[in-house]
Amino acid sequence: MRSFPLSSDRFDRRTFGQRFGLALIFVLLMLALALLSDRFLTPANLTNILRQTAINGIISAGMTLVILTGGIDLSVGSVLALSVTIGAALMKQGWPVELSVLAALATGAGLGCINGVLITLARIPPFIATLGMLTMARGLTLMYTQGQPITGFPAAFRWLGAGDIAGIPVPIALMLLVFVAGGFLLYRTSFGMQIYLLGDNPTAARLTGVPVNRLTVLVYTISGFCAALAGLILIARLDSAQPTIGLGYELNAIAAVVVGGASFSGGEGGLVGTLLGALLIETLNNGLNLLNVSSLWEQVVKGVVIALALLLYRAIGSRNSR
Amino acid sequence: MTSATPRLKLINVSKTFPGVQAVKSVSLEAYSQQILALVGENGAGKSTLMNIINGVVQPDSGSIMLDGVEVRIDSPRRAQSLGITMIHQELALIPELTVGQNMFLGREPSRGGWIDWNELYRQTQQVLDRLGIAISARAKIAELSIAEQQLVEIARALSYQARLIALDEPTSSLTDRETEILFRLVRQLRAEGVALIYISHRMEEIFALADRIAVMRDGELITAGPASEFTPQRVVQLMVGRELQPSASQPAQPRGEPILRATNLVAGKAVRGVSLTLHRGEIVGMAGLVGAGRTNVARLLFGADRLDQGEIWFEGKPVSIRSPRDAIRLGIGLVTEDRKAQGLFLKQSVRNNAGAGLLERLSRFGFVNFRALTQQVSDLTTRLRVRTPSLNQQVRNLSGGNQQKVIIARWLALQPKVLILDEPTRGVDVGAKADIHALIRELAAQGMAILMISSELPEILAVSDRILVMREGRITAELNRAEATQDRIMQAAVGQE
Repeated sequence: MRSFPLSSDRFDRRTFGQRFGLALIFVLLMLALALLSDRFLTPANLTNILRQTAINGIISAGMTLVILTGGIDLSVGSVLALSVTIGAALMKQGWPVELSVLAALATGAGLGCINGVLITLARIPPFIATLGMLTMARGLTLMYTQGQPITGFPAAFRWLGAGDIAGIPVPIALMLLVFVAGGFLLYRTSFGMQIYLLGDNPTAARLTGVPVNRLTVLVYTISGFCAALAGLILIARLDSAQPTIGLGYELNAIAAVVVGGASFSGGEGGLVGTLLGALLIETLNNGLNLLNVSSLWEQVVKGVVIALALLLYRAIGSRNSR
Repeated sequence: MTSATPRLKLINVSKTFPGVQAVKSVSLEAYSQQILALVGENGAGKSTLMNIINGVVQPDSGSIMLDGVEVRIDSPRRAQSLGITMIHQELALIPELTVGQNMFLGREPSRGGWIDWNELYRQTQQVLDRLGIAISARAKIAELSIAEQQLVEIARALSYQARLIALDEPTSSLTDRETEILFRLVRQLRAEGVALIYISHRMEEIFALADRIAVMRDGELITAGPASEFTPQRVVQLMVGRELQPSASQPAQPRGEPILRATNLVAGKAVRGVSLTLHRGEIVGMAGLVGAGRTNVARLLFGADRLDQGEIWFEGKPVSIRSPRDAIRLGIGLVTEDRKAQGLFLKQSVRNNAGAGLLERLSRFGFVNFRALTQQVSDLTTRLRVRTPSLNQQVRNLSGGNQQKVIIARWLALQPKVLILDEPTRGVDVGAKADIHALIRELAAQGMAILMISSELPEILAVSDRILVMREGRITAELNRAEATQDRIMQAAVGQE
């Protein structure tokens, strides 16, 4: 990116373009799908989309914080796998559901914390540190399970995937909870504000007294926690924990965050955009399914749509001089 | 000179950014073999005008003539091919490449499809030698001082057969000696027939160099004419549109008790045994050449760099300052030298920039009291006369002087006991500069201890109660206000054998 003094309002317009451009794309996509398929705009299908979004949505919420600091977390898929494997194994050994769930969440948070420590104290770049964690956590998962899935969980646990609270399916309720809590954290607390400062200018943040290391460790811890939570919902729904679970999920999460308007250089973006981004991707998947598009084409279409969304932002964003 | 066709002629050029008319119907000429000084406060529209000439932004209306021919300058590349070059305050060199590689970037001389490195360095050296710049063509940019980098930029401009060169605040990071080299270069370019536009806030420079002077204010060209028709006082008046209080010396305040004492600070080769004491209510000026270790001392006191040796006492107690956070907790603030790289959060609002340090102090259970934050920031920006349409304005849209005030506001909000300012008025216009000087005095009068690093001797002499001079990592002189003169400071700074 070039930056010239006095090309003044470029950013304001871009934020505006991204926020409303994304909502616009979303509405257009909904309209198009509603016209193309009469099964799309039914309560059952819409609920289904939300439920499908929950997994990626929750992971993306954690990823948003990480990307806002200017970092990246490639390990979420593997952290998810190792966390749920531990949770599942404990349940099979007869641990109470609550304790097993807590253990899984603690594993996710702990692995995320290790990421954060590697990045801050050992000064390993986030890309490399979390890439290492990706391989290591996946390896441990495969080693522990011997490649075998763990299946058959207590009903109390499966409630996480199939139950509902006041009519709202639990996965959707948990996703909303994560985004609301995340929103408070990001926009109302000094912690959240400092994430933006850190992502915007790490040098200035340190010189302003922002506790850079503590903040970074916490952000990766949250990301690991979110991955474990998403994983628990997933295995509760499937009633099975495959050792290859969560493979490639990091890319889906990054896609949602980026479509949501966050910048890889940090300090720019937010949770509302990420939620929209995750919903957009899932709606697209759902629509292509309804239209009986071959799943081989699904990937291609998804990629093209992501690219188009980003191009649109840029077009809206840079139209400041004729 | 009116007989000649002007090299550059702007006719009724206007440019509006949303919410601001940055340039209002400006008509202006620049002639070859002349230096036109373009002056005005930051935000007066100079930078936009220069960006128009350089093809970075397109004017909404008006026309541009180059040697009598109307031209459309729709990109910096186009400007370059027309022989128009701009030398920015912020340098556009690639640090990891050599001088020669930078100079011929994108147009390397080649032989049989391969870059002819020998030829490239030969030509580069030729340009450097002709200009009397003592730098090797094979030196890496990162290894050069800021001043040397600036000279390389000028040399590069020249290697493009420039017809018009615009220099934006070229001396803001140069020492006096380097400034002289630059002046010689600028005059040489003039003699060679180049038209020069020289943007500066420094009256001495303008009157030393300019053939003509053009004054801008609030986007308009206020006046333009031969330099002989102006006096420095007149120019300043035209620029600010109001009378300025002279920033002359005031009687020294009686200083309070010592608050910060450092003994024998050592860090690498940059700081080789520095001892100093700061007192409440006292302004200590720190002079010296660029690279003398002044910034390093500031960073050590602030915990931004690691100390190899030495001790720091704060309010009579030995303290260990291992991070800026520690320093801030004690009540030490640092306004850094490089606003953009080390101070500003460019994507954030004025409020979040000025309130960056307050976030934790104004939080309960982690939740920020935004009403109190906005209130405090608003009080400070009003007190410091920060010119911004609103506190939600992105800080990147403010002028340099106002950005600097925002950073100072950030520190004042924390009510530090010791405030270190590193080149607080670099790249700041005269109005904001006078404001900042007045503020520094006011803060000292209220009992704050101030350490001000500056490369501008008049500033050091006008503001300081006591002056420390550094050379090669050591303090070589300590002068009180009465005995300090520019000569004595310079002698200590360069080391008279």
